[in-house]
Amino acid sequence: MRRRDFIYLSGLGAGAMLLPDLKAFGKTIDHQQLLDGGIDVKAKKELADVALNTAKSKGASYADIRIGRYLNQFIITRENKVLNVANTESFGVGIRVIVNGCWGFAAGNVVTKDGVAKTAERAVAVAKANAKVGGAPVQLAPQKGYGEVTWKTPIEKNAFEVPIKDKVDLLLNANSVAMQGGANFVNSNLFMVNEQKYFASTDGSYIDQDVHRISPGFNVTKIDSSQGSFETRRSLSSPVGMGYEYLSPLDSEKVTGVTTRYKQRYDMLEDMKAAAQQAGEKIKAKSVEPGKYDMVLDPSHLWLTIHESVGHPTELDRVLGYEANFAGTSFLTLDKWKSGNFNFGSKQVNIVADKTQVGSLGAVGYDDEGVKCKKWDLIKDGILVNYQAIRDQAHIIGLKESQGCCYSQSWQDVQFQRMPNVSLQPGKTPLSVDDMIKNVEKGIYIIGDGSFSIDQQRYNFQFGGQLFYEIKDGKIAGMLNDVAYQANTREFWNSCAQVCDEKDYRLGGAFNDGKGQPSQSSAVSHGSSTALFKGVNVINTKRKIG
Amino acid sequence: MPILSKEEAHAISKKVLSYSKADECEVSLNGSERGNVRYALNAVSTAGDISVMGLAVTSVYGKKAGTATIDEFDDASLERVVRRSEELAQLAPPNPEYMPMLGPQTFAESITYNANTAAITPESRAEMVAKSLSVTKEAKLTAAGFLENSTGFSSIMNSKGLFAYNKGSDVTFSVTTRNEEGTASGYAARGFTDVSKLDTFSATKVAASKALGSVGAKAIEPGKYTVILEPVAATYMLENMFRFDARSAEEGRSFLSKKGGGTRLGEQLMDEKVTIYSDPFNPELPSATWGGDGLPREKTVWIDKGVVKNLSYSRYWADKKGVKPLPGPSNIIMEGGDTSIEEMIKSTEKGILVSRLWYIRMVDPQSLLLTGLTRDGLFYIENGKIKFPIKNFRFNESPVIMLNNVEALGKPERSISVESYRSYLIPPMKVKEFTFTSLSDAV
Repeated sequence: MRRRDFIYLSGLGAGAMLLPDLKAFGKTIDHQQLLDGGIDVKAKKELADVALNTAKSKGASYADIRIGRYLNQFIITRENKVLNVANTESFGVGIRVIVNGCWGFAAGNVVTKDGVAKTAERAVAVAKANAKVGGAPVQLAPQKGYGEVTWKTPIEKNAFEVPIKDKVDLLLNANSVAMQGGANFVNSNLFMVNEQKYFASTDGSYIDQDVHRISPGFNVTKIDSSQGSFETRRSLSSPVGMGYEYLSPLDSEKVTGVTTRYKQRYDMLEDMKAAAQQAGEKIKAKSVEPGKYDMVLDPSHLWLTIHESVGHPTELDRVLGYEANFAGTSFLTLDKWKSGNFNFGSKQVNIVADKTQVGSLGAVGYDDEGVKCKKWDLIKDGILVNYQAIRDQAHIIGLKESQGCCYSQSWQDVQFQRMPNVSLQPGKTPLSVDDMIKNVEKGIYIIGDGSFSIDQQRYNFQFGGQLFYEIKDGKIAGMLNDVAYQANTREFWNSCAQVCDEKDYRLGGAFNDGKGQPSQSSAVSHGSSTALFKGVNVINTKRKIG
Repeated sequence: MPILSKEEAHAISKKVLSYSKADECEVSLNGSERGNVRYALNAVSTAGDISVMGLAVTSVYGKKAGTATIDEFDDASLERVVRRSEELAQLAPPNPEYMPMLGPQTFAESITYNANTAAITPESRAEMVAKSLSVTKEAKLTAAGFLENSTGFSSIMNSKGLFAYNKGSDVTFSVTTRNEEGTASGYAARGFTDVSKLDTFSATKVAASKALGSVGAKAIEPGKYTVILEPVAATYMLENMFRFDARSAEEGRSFLSKKGGGTRLGEQLMDEKVTIYSDPFNPELPSATWGGDGLPREKTVWIDKGVVKNLSYSRYWADKKGVKPLPGPSNIIMEGGDTSIEEMIKSTEKGILVSRLWYIRMVDPQSLLLTGLTRDGLFYIENGKIKFPIKNFRFNESPVIMLNNVEALGKPERSISVESYRSYLIPPMKVKEFTFTSLSDAV
């Protein structure tokens, strides 16, 4: 996850973020434009054919074009004020070619026949310049053309059609719940995305997709000025691949317990009320005694551990060394996979990659190089069985076709391998969270994600959280503070003793997962049920300065 | 043609404002030409060439603001974008923190543009990459690297008479070299306004020597150690501290908040060797002479001999508090000392040389406690000499505590943070009692 985006979205450090720099998201537009359909499919096909024919005539053996219109809406508030309502649009084309066995890419926002032809010529020139540097020629897995096809996120209510006033009212009402509940400050925000993307390639595909995502969030702050201390509690919502229906509460989508958590529908007002109270409790909570604990990890927390310690190390480009200069490589080297018996985790650990899961951030019909999306096993009964690969990597692991997980954050960035939704499968034996806790003698129950850090080969990690509860002799004994756990990925997943059944299964997710140079952002979900990990090392994070 | 001259930007902006009927109107223009090459496994993997330009208009009625944008520049399009922003402003909720637009300001010419960097082509990028690869091929190492150049302009003009323009260019290069066994890794990063200063061959030599020196790393126990942080390592650590914002401090939710209320302005918070400031005219790290709020940016000292000297005030917060607004840092320069890294090693009885840090995240915003890991070259020092390479560590440390424990500083260097893609001028530093909390097997 990109830290800058994370800080920006969570509304931390509100002073300096009063008017966020929206350039990264494109240009700002008025609300009405968000509802325009953009240019029609026929015009897009004509432009695509100009680009593909130009590239071929200049020597490309393969070419693809993405005509993208990326719409965002941000609503940012604090206490009783709307700080910003922004609508942004980014529209342009990105053209990728192979010439002399080498990739070239160019992008521009002059979307005319002449403009795309010139962009195609620039992409060819880039490929020719780079081909002189040498290296093995690109080997693309075969891909049949799908002809003219479409796909749309199955939303019930288009968030861009909901009046701004309704959204502002929801956030300000939630803020007032927090202030009435004793909070000193509250920041809340809504972030909505619509990717209208058209893909065409020399393989004969013309794919028109309409992708929707939404991310509601807040951060409540409670101050104890006599001690010069403060605590925060962030929302337990998740970014999702859904429409505005995610914000219509439904009792059947709530998970009750020590605090309420949410499945496919989120109740912001209820969560805000709990957050204001819990931020106050955190200030008074007992500071944790460092040592070994059994960890009961809620899906609202575990998604991030899955993301960092399973999602990233199974990316084939990292395994091969393509990310060595930035995000790093992976401890899951090819020899471990080839052995067929590398114990990634205990037998309880079954992890799947899935670009088709309804409601998830990663779900699309086709990836950004025209491959139909699918689902496959990564870890089966604890054993490493597969990676995540795209067209120019498939041959390396003996695949005859791509796994369909190529993505670019916009028309102006080149597409590359990105993480599909990666999820821990629920336990097959019926097991509730209460029954799991009953058998824990000395443990900590963590809800919500917090601080996160992992090394460049994904061995050593440290995670915090939002809410920490001490478990003593099978019972919850009260709130703890200053908790973080440190572990080694393989030891951690081998310490997984139990996973609750499918009734507890929920998705969490990252709206801005960072990877690549220039860094690109991607949205991805991770599902799980609550899981138990035995004997994990916990540290105390309290420090004093000055 | 996405790079407009000052005169061209002025002429378009003036025409846009002539269509305005709102209480206040601001037009901003920006354009850029960017190119990059990415390589891995000793060959180019991806490369791109991107050019964009856009125009945004903000219209204001009272405290209601609306913004609309366009990327076409004929007269009819320019008038249409003004009308659209006015319609949106009428529909927008009033923002109680809105501040009226500024009148004319005086801005000094910046030194951010460089013609050599603006003239970079796909061929010259490929040549610079080939030079880097010649080092790793000879040393039997595998290189992964990234070279990116950009040239761009931005301008704002408003109906109160303010006009500001800036043109800038930048090139950054980073390379990671690894041995074939995957048991050693080295790294180097460079950033310049003028590409003629970029030597990808010598930078890759530095990365290669780190990798070759890291073979056979041993594990030692984590704990508190004296560390010598090279500039790139110190940069990652410190950049999490460089938001000297008055509002969050006064609200009681910052490391600069004071027990019982108020801020730590004027307090000795760090060792007296520590001085940190911003200066748009630093030739090694120039910045624009104005910010998005339209205020001129001048040299500003944030930490003076360890004392908190200034906090930044947005125009709204300054108005509310009755003080002068002060924009946040445009760039960051930390003053150095005259101790070389070799001298720091020589004076160390038992310590660790840190080449680079990685994946740094905030653990506690109150103490600025950060966690992260070492990477790409970690060496054990005993009795004034580097003894052997060691395995990587996770640390949990606060930059404020670290800057209280500074024992020596060297000459500042321009370093790039790969975490934020920002450049800083930071010296190498020797720091006592740096806290490593666990071992990592990562290379």
